[in-house]
Amino acid sequence: MTNSLSTTSPEAPRRSLAVRPALIAGLPWLALAVVFGYAVVVGGYPATVVSFALIYAVFVSGLNLFMGLANQVSFGQNAFAAIGGYASAILTATYGFEPLLAMLAGLVASIGCAALIGYPTLRLKGHYLAMGTLAIGLIVYEITVEWQSLTQGYLGISGIPPIGIGPYEVLSDRGQLILLAVVALAAALATARIRASRLGRALAALAGSEDAALALGIDVTRYKFLAFLMAAGFASISGSLFAHVVGFVSPEVFGLHLVILTFTMLYVGGIGTIAGPLVGAFVVSLLPEMFRGFKDYQDLAYGAALILLLIYAPRGLSTLFAARGRA
Amino acid sequence: MSRLSLKNVSKSFGGLVAVDDVSFDIVERGVTAIIGPNGAGKTTLFSLISGFLRPSLGKVVFEGEDITGLAPQLVAKRGVVRTFQLVKLFAELSVLDNVKVGRHLHASGGLVAALLRPPAARREEREVEAKARELLAFVGLVAQAEAPATSLGYGQQRLLEMARALAAEPRLLLLDEPAAGLDAAESAALSRLIRSVAEGGTTVLLIEHDMTLVMNTADHVIVVDFGRKIAEGSPEAVRRDPAVIAAYLGSAHQARAGEQGVQAARVAEAGRG
Repeated sequence: MTNSLSTTSPEAPRRSLAVRPALIAGLPWLALAVVFGYAVVVGGYPATVVSFALIYAVFVSGLNLFMGLANQVSFGQNAFAAIGGYASAILTATYGFEPLLAMLAGLVASIGCAALIGYPTLRLKGHYLAMGTLAIGLIVYEITVEWQSLTQGYLGISGIPPIGIGPYEVLSDRGQLILLAVVALAAALATARIRASRLGRALAALAGSEDAALALGIDVTRYKFLAFLMAAGFASISGSLFAHVVGFVSPEVFGLHLVILTFTMLYVGGIGTIAGPLVGAFVVSLLPEMFRGFKDYQDLAYGAALILLLIYAPRGLSTLFAARGRA
Repeated sequence: MSRLSLKNVSKSFGGLVAVDDVSFDIVERGVTAIIGPNGAGKTTLFSLISGFLRPSLGKVVFEGEDITGLAPQLVAKRGVVRTFQLVKLFAELSVLDNVKVGRHLHASGGLVAALLRPPAARREEREVEAKARELLAFVGLVAQAEAPATSLGYGQQRLLEMARALAAEPRLLLLDEPAAGLDAAESAALSRLIRSVAEGGTTVLLIEHDMTLVMNTADHVIVVDFGRKIAEGSPEAVRRDPAVIAAYLGSAHQARAGEQGVQAARVAEAGRG
């Protein structure tokens, strides 16, 4: 009876392309697998670069939940990476905890801090929320510098053992790479599952229109808070992974440059997409390496490449391969 | 028992009284329309009912319970769902997913359900999907289910917003100018749709400028002007009410009443900016 309002039917042309988008959407994943495979086979320096990319990908996945799915802004997620990283460093290197236990303790501490900070901060909106969260990162940075009895200040903490369970430590480059890939893929899978769930729809709703979300009974404040806690959890895990893979943490590791780097990764890869954090982390980590031959002009070439990416793929590289920007 | 009662509700913004001592009852069955000139306070009334604004004075009673000043998401939980004058769709989601969001209150899955997908969560998700598709069929958007919400034409976006609101199974549905921007055929189809929603037992309260839609759809009409209720009754009765003709058909009246009408128009202009 209401068909008079439905004039167009986009169903027909979309069907015929149904197989190809699935293949094309797989391309970013294929590219990631190729780079990862190369790193596993070659080892050495490429393996180190890819290891870092995978650690960043976990961090960026969290940022993606808060910024991409819920459309909020946080410049302070580095605080939670610092809390996770320092918890792992202090508990294992100083107190001899099991790495996994230390990582779990860091996770609990990060989410606890995120809850304490998030409750008042998330009442802010837009630029104010951005400024508020920027302060969180700066405060934690200052604490890591000044609380020398615990953190050893600028010197940082070294001698952090590699990750492992009981007597089994992951020592080899390859073992580490595979472990990190598993964690990064788990982060991507978690994002995909969240996005396709009632929780993900609630986040997309508050991202689209807070008023419309409220009108449908969605407790907007509660879901923003939840997204903030999840992002803090991912950041904390990536901080812990960094500590164990490098064996060393210092305040600079989790400083403002981490915020800038991960933002770049999120936007280059594709904010709000599933493959985006991984693609962005890989591309932004590998680009400077590709321009190594440019010597003095390396930073210039890197900068130019980023600008070109943002011009030709403004919604991120992974959206180039997906229908309607849903990679 | 009435579905909704407003008891001496007032709302002022600084010195401006947007809603002034308004009382009315909405019965459980049927469609009620609130009409009135631009800036008469209709949308403010909706915001007061749905919890987006808190009344300065007075009470809002839904199904015998006082919901005055309750937060919007809690008002929605009680069964009052509104739409917006300017359509507010979730732009990143497909047509189908927009309607699925409307099922929020009738599902319970959280983070654990999302990550682990236990059988109960899968079942819930299937139910949400089935209900959403059913509603898309009801408003005639099945063919566009997978399309991005923003790819729809304006009239279809309005239908989608209505399907999304219906997904929440409201007992009171508030439609803010549902026919704005629709052509005559679309408006007629919308009228039939609203009637069938009401026949299904959902109380419908709508704000509308399109008098044809109001006359064809509403069982009961409330007229507001300058934040006050000036008339109430059947569409036919309201149509003949001299106070309504003076206020609502201001421009026609103005030509005859001359100076007085111009004066009223100026006051209206100054008051509402």
